[in-house]
Amino acid sequence: MFTYYLDLALRSLKRSPGLTALMVLTIAFGVAASMTAWSVFRAVSGDPIPWKSAQLYVPQIDMWGPQAQASNPDSDKGPPDALDYGDAVALMRDHRAKLQSAMYQIGPAVVPADAAKHPIQTDGHAVFSEFFPMVDAPFQYGGGWTAADDEHRAQVVVIGSKLNTKVFDGGNSVGKMLNVDGRDYRVVGVLKEWNPQPRFFDVVNTGGFASDGEGMFMPFTTAIAAGISNNGNTNCNEVPEAGFEGLQRSACIWIAYMVQLDDAAAAEKYKNYLEGFARTRYPNWAPNVRLRNLPDWLDHEHVVPSDTKVSLLIALGLLIVCLVNTAGLLLAKFLRRSSEIGVRRALGAPRLAIYAQFLTEGAVIGLAGGLLGLVLTGMGVACVGLVLPRDIANLAHLDVSLLATTLVVSVLASLLAALYPTFRAAHVVPAWQLKSN
Amino acid sequence: MLTMTKLSKVYRTEMVETYALREFDIDVKEGEFVAVTGPSGSGKTTFLTIAGLLETFTGGTYHLDGIEVSQLDDNARSKIRNEKIGFIFQAFNLIPDLNVFDNVDVPLRYRGMKSDERRRRIMESLERVGLAARAKHYPAELSGGQQQRVAIARALAGSPRLLLADEPTGNLDTQMARGVLELLEEIHREGATIVMVTHDPELAARAQRNVHIIDGQIVDIAEEPRFRAHAAVAQHA
Repeated sequence: MFTYYLDLALRSLKRSPGLTALMVLTIAFGVAASMTAWSVFRAVSGDPIPWKSAQLYVPQIDMWGPQAQASNPDSDKGPPDALDYGDAVALMRDHRAKLQSAMYQIGPAVVPADAAKHPIQTDGHAVFSEFFPMVDAPFQYGGGWTAADDEHRAQVVVIGSKLNTKVFDGGNSVGKMLNVDGRDYRVVGVLKEWNPQPRFFDVVNTGGFASDGEGMFMPFTTAIAAGISNNGNTNCNEVPEAGFEGLQRSACIWIAYMVQLDDAAAAEKYKNYLEGFARTRYPNWAPNVRLRNLPDWLDHEHVVPSDTKVSLLIALGLLIVCLVNTAGLLLAKFLRRSSEIGVRRALGAPRLAIYAQFLTEGAVIGLAGGLLGLVLTGMGVACVGLVLPRDIANLAHLDVSLLATTLVVSVLASLLAALYPTFRAAHVVPAWQLKSN
Repeated sequence: MLTMTKLSKVYRTEMVETYALREFDIDVKEGEFVAVTGPSGSGKTTFLTIAGLLETFTGGTYHLDGIEVSQLDDNARSKIRNEKIGFIFQAFNLIPDLNVFDNVDVPLRYRGMKSDERRRRIMESLERVGLAARAKHYPAELSGGQQQRVAIARALAGSPRLLLADEPTGNLDTQMARGVLELLEEIHREGATIVMVTHDPELAARAQRNVHIIDGQIVDIAEEPRFRAHAAVAQHA
């Protein structure tokens, strides 16, 4: 019977092409606006590492004391959102989590072996060896360095796929040497294309999002020893001593920190440890520490821009308006056919058959609206940059799941819009219709 | 075939109760051709819609082909309409989007028949009413008489036990009406049970039995239609 209902739907839609076009356009615009907003919201609000985000935690320690809290905009008067060098190194030394890494952002220049080529300005992070298994960084060649490399400040690096392509033409560069800021480093690993959004392991310095993947990672200890300075944010409550070494001795915060704790008991234990740690290091005030898992941390840092939430809400509002309009048009269209409904009922159509016939018509409108909506969504995604920052706009993209979602949403929305008109159609009293004729 | 006993139909509003049918008794035997007559508003069409299970009734009992229908749900009523009843309406009620073939196909679709069987029945029905050559025409391309013939073909295609006709010639001129009436008589001679509502005395005179309704009640049942004599006299004059 479905093909019969489909045939009836197409005949009905062809009979009033103007009304059909209006309904299809209405649905298409509503769905396209929603899907465009959704494509951005999805990109910025997605869990970048869903399989283990609940096991990744960010510790915070108040190293500035209650006086500094007076000017703290954080509503819960929590500690700063990064660590100073002293705390970070001490936490690494204590090594109380299963995996952990302090990290800071670097922006060194890579000097190609070919003297004719210009140096390449790149970005990356100085991290500890446990960083790679902790964030499940995907390797194309080789792997991370070892804890011994951390300890001995080994001259090693892990490079991203883009840098590998630029410098080594994308080949297996493990074992090759790379000149960074004038020093030679041995490549021990090459990452696959890896650009998690948001940049969860260092939200503070990246602002949450970055257009390109990381250029390179080098041992934290090596970067400190080489004097590769911080390329990210630095916040201070007092003026630090001059130079990079002065920054390391200061209470300025510039180091991100992440730990992996596999269960609630481990998290509780680590929280207790943090309190003890703070009590020991800052005996002049009560310990003020936080330990948030990754989803809570991203939420706390307001990683999802409020613009995208507002856009999504407005777009959904528009979709609802479009649905109400479509429902009105369908109601008029369906009830204009009360006579046909009466005849069909008289000839043996049960109410369910009327539901099936008219919902099929609604679904066909939804499908047509969805196909047009795909084109409009594509145009919308291409134009997101006109209203949102570039880093955010670049994240929005068309993919199979967005295309499928657009079609599904369009059909479901049309079915929703057709529900009440169909209900009214199915409850047409055939006797009255036939009498009135 | 069709038995109503003390059947009533009341339309209620907050202020008024209106009896469309009251203490209505009728028994139509299989193979009969019964004409139901009466003035406008007497309850003829209400009787027909209740007989065709298009409307429920307020009191009494109604047996159709041995089935007591008052407790049936929508699905069961639809199934009986589809399998046992054929409708012929005054306004033809063809679906304008569908051609003749597809209009006749409508009741067969809801019966879930296979395509070959449907095609065979449709063409047989159209041949019977003399419109096989017009299968691809749309209703708007046919005369009133031809449209009513299509409606009759649609009613016959499902081989119903009972044909219900509501003023079947009401929208036709005399010549077309005669053709449709002859077709109904032919169908009756082949064994169909027909209940026809009309206020046309000449038409009623062609039935085996007349039932006259006034104010929702049967006031007269004429085994030998009283109109037949009048019609004959009129023709002779």
